[in-house]
Amino acid sequence: MTENGRITMINGPVIRGRGMSGFKMREMVMVGNKRLIGEVIILEEDTGIIQVYEETEGLKIGEEIVSTGKPLSVKLGPGMIGNIFDGIQRPLLKIDEVNKDFIPEGIGMISLDEEKLWDVELTVKQGDKLKEGEAFGYVDESGLIRHKLLVPPEKSGIVLEIKDSGKYSMEDVLVVLDQDGVRQELKMYHEWPVRVSRPVKVRKEIQELLTTGQRVLDMFFPLAKGGTCAIPGGFGTGKTMTQHQLAKWSDADIIIYIGCGERGNEMTEVLEDFPKLIDPKSNRPLMERTVLIANTSNMPVAAREASIYTGITMAEYYRDMGYDVAIMADSTSRWAEALREISGRLEEMPAEEGYPAYLSSRIAEFYERAGYVETLGKSEGSVTIIGAVSPAGGDFSEPVTENTKRYVNVFLGLDKELAYARHYPAINWLDSYSGYIKVLESWYEENLSDGAIPLRNKMLELLFRENKLQEIVMLVGEDVLPDDQRIILEISKIIKAGFLQQNAFNKEDTFVPIKKQYRMLQIIDYLYERCKESVALNIPISMVKNQDLFDELIKMKYTVPNSDLSKIDEIQTMIDDYYNELNGKYTN
Amino acid sequence: MIKEYLKIDKVVGPLVEVSNVEDVAYGEVVDIKSRNGEIKKGKVIRLDEDKATIQVFENTSGLSTDNSSIKFRDEAFELPLSKEILGRVFDGLGRPADLGGEIFSRRKYNINGRAINPVAREYPRDFIQTGISSIDALMTLIRGQKLPIFSGNGMPHNELAAQIVRQAKLGEDSDEEFAVIFAAIGVKHDDADFFRKSFIEANAMDRVVMFINYADDPVAERINTPRCALTAAEYLAFEEGMQILVVMSDITSYCEALREVSSAREEVPSRKGFPGYLYSDLASLYERAGMLKDKPGSITFLPILTMPNDDITHPIPDLTGFITEGQIVLGRDLFQNNVYPPVDILPSLSRLMKDGIGEGYTRADHPDLANQLFASYSKVQEVRALSQIIGEDDLTENDKKYMEFGRKFEDLFIAQGFEENRNINETLDLGWEILKVLPANELTRLSPELIEKYYNN
Ligand SMILES: Nc1ncnc2c1ncn2[C@@H]1O[C@H](COP(=O)(O)OP(=O)(O)O)[C@@H](O)[C@H]1O
Ligand SMILES: [Mg+2]
Repeated sequence: MTENGRITMINGPVIRGRGMSGFKMREMVMVGNKRLIGEVIILEEDTGIIQVYEETEGLKIGEEIVSTGKPLSVKLGPGMIGNIFDGIQRPLLKIDEVNKDFIPEGIGMISLDEEKLWDVELTVKQGDKLKEGEAFGYVDESGLIRHKLLVPPEKSGIVLEIKDSGKYSMEDVLVVLDQDGVRQELKMYHEWPVRVSRPVKVRKEIQELLTTGQRVLDMFFPLAKGGTCAIPGGFGTGKTMTQHQLAKWSDADIIIYIGCGERGNEMTEVLEDFPKLIDPKSNRPLMERTVLIANTSNMPVAAREASIYTGITMAEYYRDMGYDVAIMADSTSRWAEALREISGRLEEMPAEEGYPAYLSSRIAEFYERAGYVETLGKSEGSVTIIGAVSPAGGDFSEPVTENTKRYVNVFLGLDKELAYARHYPAINWLDSYSGYIKVLESWYEENLSDGAIPLRNKMLELLFRENKLQEIVMLVGEDVLPDDQRIILEISKIIKAGFLQQNAFNKEDTFVPIKKQYRMLQIIDYLYERCKESVALNIPISMVKNQDLFDELIKMKYTVPNSDLSKIDEIQTMIDDYYNELNGKYTN
Repeated sequence: MIKEYLKIDKVVGPLVEVSNVEDVAYGEVVDIKSRNGEIKKGKVIRLDEDKATIQVFENTSGLSTDNSSIKFRDEAFELPLSKEILGRVFDGLGRPADLGGEIFSRRKYNINGRAINPVAREYPRDFIQTGISSIDALMTLIRGQKLPIFSGNGMPHNELAAQIVRQAKLGEDSDEEFAVIFAAIGVKHDDADFFRKSFIEANAMDRVVMFINYADDPVAERINTPRCALTAAEYLAFEEGMQILVVMSDITSYCEALREVSSAREEVPSRKGFPGYLYSDLASLYERAGMLKDKPGSITFLPILTMPNDDITHPIPDLTGFITEGQIVLGRDLFQNNVYPPVDILPSLSRLMKDGIGEGYTRADHPDLANQLFASYSKVQEVRALSQIIGEDDLTENDKKYMEFGRKFEDLFIAQGFEENRNINETLDLGWEILKVLPANELTRLSPELIEKYYNN
């Protein structure tokens, strides 16, 4: 038994204690008479600094600090899917039962439901040899997710005892292993310290597209399973909407959505929407593959710091079962600010803009937990991290954006001007990038077409040229440009309004299969080529730009059903008919 | 037990330090008695061994190390609340400032409140008609929303707020009770009087609760003024089931007070000298708006802030915009062109309107029409920039139409009288009427059906 410590200083979420020589660094502790949950973040001889995950009002000097002997950990087991937790994995629905509507302090460390009985199917038998990471059974956690029960890392052995398949709760011992003479009791959950990444067999190369159904992503700036992505943008530019769209429509098996220091109503919205939205692949509610973590802006700041780690640890756990997991963190800037606030209260030497000098390494460590891996159990799984960044003043040259940029491969810069013009998603195609184009090339070739990446490059280049031309237009007007350049402006309008803009609120447009995306881009390119041909024949631009055809392309996102692309062939025929006739008139 | 200490170690700005204290709680309220017997309120904001740092909510001038005594009250900062607060005026710390006497109530409420559990929230969807076209059509206010007004010095934000208060249909059903809570933070007497008068003219005084900290009142008091107001709002909304509109002016003064305390504490500043926790602090105010699943009431929150130098990237509007559910931005150019209300629609936004407008809420054509108006008006800005260079006469025919659309839109749609109250149908019809200036093929945000139904008729 460790002696209890005593509080000697209280400064917001940071407290100092004495008599803590028996404590460990990063240990979870209970603070004060109310037993607030905290974590030791600095330990020097018998003095410790603790960050407290609950409101500290009412604490007094001299109240005790109790050791738990454990690092800040989460319980990883059935009951996470479809649920909503605070930053340290306490279920918010349970908290609401304890105290209606408002979150009290001092509720203690509760996490997964320990009473609930799960239907456990055990798939091994006495005498089997089990290694770490291998499955010994499963629980159908939701209609969508089969939750594999894995031997925890560093445990292995021969099955000595095993229960019959049946109904069990969290604390029941299901299997006993003989690990070199030591009895290892396996339950249906793992306990894991959030700040330590879970081990894998080997990290593998990234090779698969994370399909999102969002045209600007899938065709221009693709995400990859196991990859990293940052979405920076000033307020109101669409970070949250983009994250919600990805949570809804990306083809990950499991979504972990972290509301980190953002609005309460945005979590409520997910809670209301997701059970009603149906996953197109499985026909089950999206909530059945989603875990929510909410530490909203008005909840204690230290727990905001922890929420990111709680989320990523859960993601790794499902990855270890062989799932592709995507984690959305909205917003990582609030997490960085929590670091800054704690650091400030510790009177640490600040680096840029008051952020601690270790900001960069913390960001790096977080994004490094993404990856496509072979698991200990020898299946393949991935964790994709998509982090929103909220730069002060919308200026990307601030420390969090800059440091994040160093460690992510996809950068989706949201643009205020586009948002003001209600061009959504307001992803600026000029300064966004995806570092996965090269590694995904063969994926596109096999799953879509050889022509996909070259077409993407061509269209992107067209947009770059349009941008240059716009600079001229802004000085002298459009009329002075030669026709072959004016056609670039006109086609770019179609790409922008007809392709890049995607209406999240439209049933047909909110998610678009990649085949349709590609066909749309192809037909735009086709029109471009036909226009160029006619312009080369010196046909006046007023004739080349046929308003009806151009309108047809701009509206095809609404008029061509996702399930029937033959309409695009019809458009192609219309284009041919028009330009064949036009060219005919002018060549004779 | 209430303890009294007779010696202060130090007075630094709004902070006081005492030592040899015992059994003091973090956040505890403190009474500081100066020699002339005046009692000033403070709160413990740091405890280190036997030393307490106290933030005083009133002027500390006149306090010195040996002429004052300190009592720890053994309680947090609390307000007694009952329905008797309706029609009353309080000072910035929630003490009666009219002749109505103390509020008697068995129940007292901690002014810091507690975070609403996200699972207990009800997602806001009910449209509030303000009668102001730009707002109703393009940044629709929803019951339970926090929607600030970003203004600048000299602009008519008070008039706009007063017009909203007067015209807003908060309670559609006759059995719903509603009330307005007005918090003045560091405002001029004139401005507070303007609001008072406008409440009286609207015959609403008995449904208004005012918390007033004037510009010449103690700066440190301002830290508590919004908290008192929001605590009263929570009480009326969630215990009395009322529909509450909170109007608060000026958040900029609040943030400046926070900066002052922070710099007295010698904290590491973040941008423009504001403390690094400004975001969290503002969130602890703004997030108190909303609705709860199991309670009938609501808190709709209209904070007003003046952007220093009209700069929307200044930390105060910036951090506010990151927390609130949109913003109504007033524009200097429109104001100088005598457009009232000078709502600059492009940077303005209502994040909750997406779920509170359209079929079954306002009108089916509303979302697409709004989208198109935004897109077209944004194009107007480009065309105007071009016409500055080459002259309006040299614009293409198409661009000239945009110039005309822009003028009409500002003069007829955005501009309206201080007393003019347009219903949502009038507003939307007006929007269509003005869109007719533009050729149909420019309206890429509208479906052919909508164009047929509203544009061709
Ligand atoms: N893809 C989109 N489609 C339609 N509207 C969008 C889209 N993205 C953003 N918006 C609009 O912009 C508003 C702000 O977006 P949000 O994601 O909340 O911004 P941020 O998180 O960057 O502050 C939304 O309420 C919505 O009206
Ligand atoms: Mg957001």
